[in-house]
Amino acid sequence: MVLKGKVHKFNIDDLNTDYIISGRYKFKTIDMKELSQHLMEDLDESFYQKIKPGDFIVAGKNFGCGSSREQAPLVIKFAGISAVLAKSFARIFFRNAINTGLPVIECDTDQIENGDEIEVNLEEGQVKNITKNLILSIKPLPQMMIKILNDGGLVEHFKKYKGFKID
Amino acid sequence: MGETLAEKILSLKSGKKVSTGEIVLANLDFIMAQDGTAPLVIKAFNEMGGERVFDSSKIAFVIDHSAPSPNEGVSSLHKMMRDFAQKYGIILYEVGEGVCHQLLPEKGHVVPGDLVIGADSHTCTYGALGAFATGLGSTDLAAALISGKMWFKVPETFELILKGKLPRGVYSKDLALFLIGKITADGATYKSIEFKGGAIKELSVEARFTLSNMAVEMGAKVGLIAPDEETLTWVNKHSRKKSNPLFSDDDALYEKSFEFNVSYLEPQVAKPHQVDNVIPIGEVEGTEISQAFLGTCTNGRLEDLEIAAQIMKGRKVKSGVRFIIAPASREIFLTAIKKGLIEVLVEAGGVVVTPGCGCCVGTHNGIPSDGENIISSANRNFKGRMGNPNAFIYLASPATVAASAIEGKIADPRKYLEKRLD
Repeated sequence: MVLKGKVHKFNIDDLNTDYIISGRYKFKTIDMKELSQHLMEDLDESFYQKIKPGDFIVAGKNFGCGSSREQAPLVIKFAGISAVLAKSFARIFFRNAINTGLPVIECDTDQIENGDEIEVNLEEGQVKNITKNLILSIKPLPQMMIKILNDGGLVEHFKKYKGFKID
Repeated sequence: MGETLAEKILSLKSGKKVSTGEIVLANLDFIMAQDGTAPLVIKAFNEMGGERVFDSSKIAFVIDHSAPSPNEGVSSLHKMMRDFAQKYGIILYEVGEGVCHQLLPEKGHVVPGDLVIGADSHTCTYGALGAFATGLGSTDLAAALISGKMWFKVPETFELILKGKLPRGVYSKDLALFLIGKITADGATYKSIEFKGGAIKELSVEARFTLSNMAVEMGAKVGLIAPDEETLTWVNKHSRKKSNPLFSDDDALYEKSFEFNVSYLEPQVAKPHQVDNVIPIGEVEGTEISQAFLGTCTNGRLEDLEIAAQIMKGRKVKSGVRFIIAPASREIFLTAIKKGLIEVLVEAGGVVVTPGCGCCVGTHNGIPSDGENIISSANRNFKGRMGNPNAFIYLASPATVAASAIEGKIADPRKYLEKRLD
């Protein structure tokens, strides 16, 4: 899978699930298209309008800390974001992202700035910063997660194997 | 090589000796989802083609995050949960029963040695009973409802040894905040934490829940406390399930070991907008507040209401301050009524709302206005957490919350407790 697009950089660590989708919206509906319009609203009111399909969200360490709400990766995906790149992720968000088919990539995001054009190659495990002409390596995913992601998320994985397929 | 407590439980539940970093499939003892996550569980369950649940007596849905429903959108999601619960015969805790993380142990669903998952990040609370309990998302939960199993990466363990004894006016919440300040918000990501040492032994089971509850605020997967006499007495009072107390081996391997003496700890406060932005109370004393909130899965237990009532007795909430109280469960609420605690708190000017998550998650029951400061006994102070991104949330112990409600500004609770001694 090769993904290409423009970077929306949030230059902060610990970007939590309340920033991604605030509790004042997420409890009302499970219509993700509707919820996705409020993506990152408390950090940038017009963020949703700025996204073009295929764009990336880039941030510092511990991305997605806080709630277990799966609405967080889902609204990112439904807003048209193709992947999230961060120095590290909080564990529940990380699992939820893979389960719902949103690629999450751990790499040195100091080398990526807002507006940069980047290309992510998941098979080769690298990020190419086209604007800066840099290659960044990706921390590999556990095998189990690669399998779930390749199956298109946990729902598809579960349908395919009628349960978890560990080996 | 010996095993840590996390490894012990995962070995038992996966039927083989596990090692750190390994991915294992394990049998679950209990599964929970609440009204913020259950609707997506149901959706994923249906998409997976789920036709039955693996064991309806081991699954509970809890309506606590927006209870009673504040609007029609939430009402339709609650109905979806009720319909599912009825169709599959799972346990449903209705509006007013309380917060999921109080209910699971209180109703006897979790005992030492159990493996529990919940679609809520604070599921780690039950680690206080020596159960491996962790939060996951809705799709994972749906897979678990069908299969009764979940995959886990066996975590490395951090050992937190707490020596000494907490001084008067300083509580497990202060200790939790102090540790989060030291370890930081992502310092224990993916790790199992074992809280141990003499200071832990001294804590009541209720106080231990507070500590384990906040393990996730350091990024941890679980926050475990080895069961002791105190734990077993508590559990036997609440559950008919058989306990299986497990302990880490003496030669278990820890990735890191930390040691703190808590004997001189002061009340702690987490300033906006990060839980690890922790300082001793002296540095923030006098900050004006508009609202004080006592409740949540962190600090809405009987002991917490008792501490607050002890401070409030015969005193009044400062004019212009809203003091909101959400008992963590109906049982706690009823006991607090019988003990006269609610009378004290309401007479002082407090407002009691439905047992549940109250205003912690910003759905209703006390959303602050722009520019206001709030002192809260909850576990998160993220911007917008309580429903308004322009408000400022300070986290503290129930004692600090009560003292601050009296003064209308962040106040050190110790002076109120000392006066009582005279």
